[in-house]
Amino acid sequence: MTAIFYISAAIAVVATFLTITRVNVVHSLLYFICSLLATGVMFFVLGATFVAALVVIINAGAIMVLFVFVIMMLNVGPQSADQERARLRPHVWIGPGLLSLLLLIELVYSLGRYHTGVTSGQTVGPQQVGTALFGPYLLAVELASMLLLAGLLGAYHLGRGVMTFMDRKP
Amino acid sequence: MLSLLWLVPILPLVGFAILAVTAGQLARKAVSVIAVGAVSLSALIAIGITVAYTITAPAGTVYSQTLWQWMRVGNFAPAVALHLDALSMTMMVVVAFVSALIHIYSTGFMADDTGYSRFFAYMNLFVGAMLTLVLADNLLLLYLGWEGVGLCSYLLIGFWYRDPDNVRAALKAFFVTRIGDTAFAIGIFLLFTSLGTLNIPAVLDEISTYAPGSTLPTAAAALLLVGAMAKSAQLPLQTWLPDAMAGPTPVSALIHAATMVTAGVYLIARMHTLFVMAPAVLLAVAIIGAVTQLVASFSALTQYDIKRILAYSTISQIGYMFLALGVGAWAAAIYHFGTHAFFKAALFLGAGVVIKMLDEEHDIFKMGGLRHRYPLTFWAFLFAALTLAAVPPLTITFNSKDLILNQAFLSKGGRGLWILGLIGTFLTAAYTFRMVFVVFFGPAQSRPEKTPARSMVAPFVVLAFLGAIAGIPELLTAIFGSQNLSSFLRSALPGPTRDFPSADGPWLFQLIYVATALAGIAVAYLLYERAPQYTRSVVSTSVGSWLHRWWFADWGFDWLYQKLFVGPYVVLARINRNDVVDLFYKGLALISRVINGLLSSTVNGNVRWYVAAVAGGAVIVVGLVVIL
Amino acid sequence: MATIPVETGFIIAGLLFLLGLIGVLVRRNIIYILLAIEIMLNAAGLAFVVAGAHWEQPDGQVMYFFVLTMAAAEVAVGLSLVLQMYHKFNTLDANLINRMRG
Repeated sequence: MTAIFYISAAIAVVATFLTITRVNVVHSLLYFICSLLATGVMFFVLGATFVAALVVIINAGAIMVLFVFVIMMLNVGPQSADQERARLRPHVWIGPGLLSLLLLIELVYSLGRYHTGVTSGQTVGPQQVGTALFGPYLLAVELASMLLLAGLLGAYHLGRGVMTFMDRKP
Repeated sequence: MLSLLWLVPILPLVGFAILAVTAGQLARKAVSVIAVGAVSLSALIAIGITVAYTITAPAGTVYSQTLWQWMRVGNFAPAVALHLDALSMTMMVVVAFVSALIHIYSTGFMADDTGYSRFFAYMNLFVGAMLTLVLADNLLLLYLGWEGVGLCSYLLIGFWYRDPDNVRAALKAFFVTRIGDTAFAIGIFLLFTSLGTLNIPAVLDEISTYAPGSTLPTAAAALLLVGAMAKSAQLPLQTWLPDAMAGPTPVSALIHAATMVTAGVYLIARMHTLFVMAPAVLLAVAIIGAVTQLVASFSALTQYDIKRILAYSTISQIGYMFLALGVGAWAAAIYHFGTHAFFKAALFLGAGVVIKMLDEEHDIFKMGGLRHRYPLTFWAFLFAALTLAAVPPLTITFNSKDLILNQAFLSKGGRGLWILGLIGTFLTAAYTFRMVFVVFFGPAQSRPEKTPARSMVAPFVVLAFLGAIAGIPELLTAIFGSQNLSSFLRSALPGPTRDFPSADGPWLFQLIYVATALAGIAVAYLLYERAPQYTRSVVSTSVGSWLHRWWFADWGFDWLYQKLFVGPYVVLARINRNDVVDLFYKGLALISRVINGLLSSTVNGNVRWYVAAVAGGAVIVVGLVVIL
Repeated sequence: MATIPVETGFIIAGLLFLLGLIGVLVRRNIIYILLAIEIMLNAAGLAFVVAGAHWEQPDGQVMYFFVLTMAAAEVAVGLSLVLQMYHKFNTLDANLINRMRG
């Protein structure tokens, strides 16, 4: 099982790398879904079965579908891929790469000083998560619901004028 | 009668308050009545107090009157209290009386001036401050009066403020006296921190418990001496007085001859116990006085502005007073102060009359032959001049200077000072009569039409007359053996009494003085009346012209101070034109602006740039966590 | 089930997070930026889950749940903004939308 974790971790990293390097948006999206599914496997292997299901259903399912819809609405054609390719010259990677490398080194170094131990591998099932959510985290759940409502209203309000614009566009 | 003492300084201040509040709205007549009335009333009360005091002296010969407690700060509780003894009473009556006469004179002299009300407001304030100074019971109140007269002096020198030269002279007087005032203030602080009181009798009592010549009395006396030197225009701080003649002539007569400039003499006499405790400083007082009177006499010989001659003469006469103080002859100094106040004020008023009649002409060589046109002025001026030169029996006040010289001669090691003083006597007679001969004798240079107002001539004549007869109280001893002024003053100023070993001594020395003075007059007569061409030939030789220029420029003191202090200061100011200290703040502003520019250039609206900044911050913070 | 060192889990999460960061910094297309933000959120959630797995507590998962909620709301609003932006400026280039310049 541990091997499965490492394999899926490798898949996730590679897929994510591909996500940020592709010039076609739809390709990137598919790689990201792949990465999310690999993450879901990792969650499952770690014993977090509930979130494993959530990743697949909500992240890879609902949110990514939202992306796909928007991409469709924006109607990006092949010229957009050319544009992306033109923008991704090698030198733009240097600065962010160095910054991230620095941060990674610091992260690895600071993590290397501790040995917390290993994960237990015990399954923490949906029942426990549900009990926690609607027990001690009840207030946070309420707040999350408010957040979702705000997101809903915001999206509705912001998206209103755009629809008419989309209609007019041939 | 004595209980009316508080009215003496208050009345002029009330007059000042009325004139200041009305701010020139009153008619000239009303201004005259208020100003002259206030000072005259004050003078009458002062005379009444003097009479009452001399008839029945109060217990302990001191009358003090506490008006109110000024303030209370911890143990420090100075009172506004007046202290009347023989010394302050003599000063008070002379100041009040001369002030009243000069106020009357001013109504004539300033009749056409636009600043009539302003002038009298300042004059009243001056008289109030001077009387406060004289009557003060503690050093703080004395200092208040001291600063008050300094302020009035500044205001009145620059009275005609539209002329930049007058303003410059006023500032010069203010700055130079400020040096002394600062030293005086430090001296007061020193006395207070060491003795814990500023009440003058208490300070003198405390100080007499110190060993003579120990540090505290010496330091305090030296600081007070610097204050007195600046106020009384003694070497080396005398440079302001000749320039102070820029003010109206009554101001020169009242402030810069009769009263304020002698405040230094009064201060030293008042604090005489302190100075006795500091023999080194006392010696310095004597030397300063002797040298000053000589230096100023030489300068007076070369001046041609009548007021400047009188100014140098004032410096020189105050030098005599300092000499008297320095040899411990307190009473002689105060006696000379009194006579000097009369005759020098008279000379100034006479000069004022002449100047006024000749339309602001100050140059004595453009006057000449005025004795026929203004006989009364001439005779009064002549008598005042004779009093200054000390020629008996035409003047009875001849011995005020002679007493000083006698005391100098009799004091230990005072022979050198005596010789300097004797040369000064000769020079005094010479420069005085040079002025008299040039102004009133010789060919008439102009035909003035005006006649002086009676309000101007009368005070002038009265002062000249009083100056000539002011010696009577002192001479009474010699003739009748009754109490004279010196022994009267001794109740407040216990000093050494030195007498000549033989009874012939006084007469012999008196002869020497008279002969010297007559010699001076004779030289002046020869050089300026009989043979002026000889004077010209002496001045035209290279040494003569060099000496003339040197003395004319006050021995180069102004030049020296210009080079030593004013020049470097101006250079520093020029260097500092952009304010060196400001550079620091300008630098701060510049740094802020640079940082502001840098920070605002980071706010470029580019989202990815912000993200990069957050990431950079994370790198730094995590890096710090890792390192620390 | 898998027993892996907690540090290893964190490093994997960190790697994913940094890849997301690189994505945000490199890409100029705003859809990519949103996608990269999703990556970063997901990586952060992974770290929570690893920690929760270590302590055998449901709290890690609860946190992932909240992250997910937030991501959903964020994507909804963010994508609406993308539409508006395309409507207003006719471009998806984040560099060209710098009206908030100070």
